[in-house]
Amino acid sequence: MSTVLTIGSGKGGVGKTTAVANLAVALAASGDKVVCIDGDIGLRNLDVIMGLENRIVYDLVDVVEGRCRLRQAMIRDKHLPELYLIPAAQTRDKNAVSPSDMVRLCDELRGEYDWILIDSPAGIERGFKNAIAPADRVVVVTNPEVSAVRDADRVIGILEAEEKGTPSLILNRLNPIMVKRHDMLSADDVVDLLAVKIIGVVPEDEDVIVAANRGSPVALDQKSRAGQAFRNIAQRLKGIDTPFLALDDQGNLWQRLFAGRK
Amino acid sequence: MSFFERLRGRKRSAESAKERLQLVLVHDRTDITPAVLEALKDDLLATISRHVEIDPAAVHIDLERDGRAQRLIADIPLRSVSRRRSG
Repeated sequence: MSTVLTIGSGKGGVGKTTAVANLAVALAASGDKVVCIDGDIGLRNLDVIMGLENRIVYDLVDVVEGRCRLRQAMIRDKHLPELYLIPAAQTRDKNAVSPSDMVRLCDELRGEYDWILIDSPAGIERGFKNAIAPADRVVVVTNPEVSAVRDADRVIGILEAEEKGTPSLILNRLNPIMVKRHDMLSADDVVDLLAVKIIGVVPEDEDVIVAANRGSPVALDQKSRAGQAFRNIAQRLKGIDTPFLALDDQGNLWQRLFAGRK
Repeated sequence: MSFFERLRGRKRSAESAKERLQLVLVHDRTDITPAVLEALKDDLLATISRHVEIDPAAVHIDLERDGRAQRLIADIPLRSVSRRRSG
């Protein structure tokens, strides 16, 4: 049984692509067969986050327009043999693909893969509509910031209106020290505001940027807390009950003293 | 937030964020602006006043969140008949 899982957010820059890359890596590392599709035509990035930018020959639009077979556009991951990427086209726009193209493409992949992960572009227009058209499940990524929470609420509202069901939520880039001094919305605050089920809280972690620099998703780093959080989310997606990370023990003594004084 | 701001009793920023978002989300979800709500209130008052006596100043009409659903809550105290007669 395949699951088509779309990751959206409304607001840009909250960590959709990071989430897709890391969930894909974590799911593939757990033994599942995974394909990710970069839905952000014209602004592709999943390829660089996964470190596969040098291997691109064909892209999503080439498949849709019949210039290559689906198989030819699937790039095998460097680390994991059962992980593939279908990159977005960089020199086209979102209108090159339609929602029914996406449904057809995913139907072709269903059956052969356990997970088809779609990285939605920011916004709520065509690219987003393309990304959610084939989705069985949707996960919305947000940050504990007013603009990101507001946009997440809009996206959740649209998904409900389009009868895609209520999505689950990933709260990304939470800073436990700021939460502790009541200068950042907590996970409970965000859940209370958005009234959806939360599937993971990812702490702010420098390792995410280091991992992106190297093109090797942080979920592959066994020591990273963000990596651990993404691996836990992958487990929950598979239906395995996994406790949430305790984030309040973060920060060394100096940081804690400093936070208390502010 | 600085130590001095806290001394002055200023609200913590997370609390402000939550309160502001609560209001913004209700209006985003319903597309009911404060002006629309005010017009609705006037219409309701006019209709109810035709049948029963109410104190327009005591009327509260508000939007409330209930999970992902919104409710229009109207609190309309009625003037008691006895008071009206004695007054």
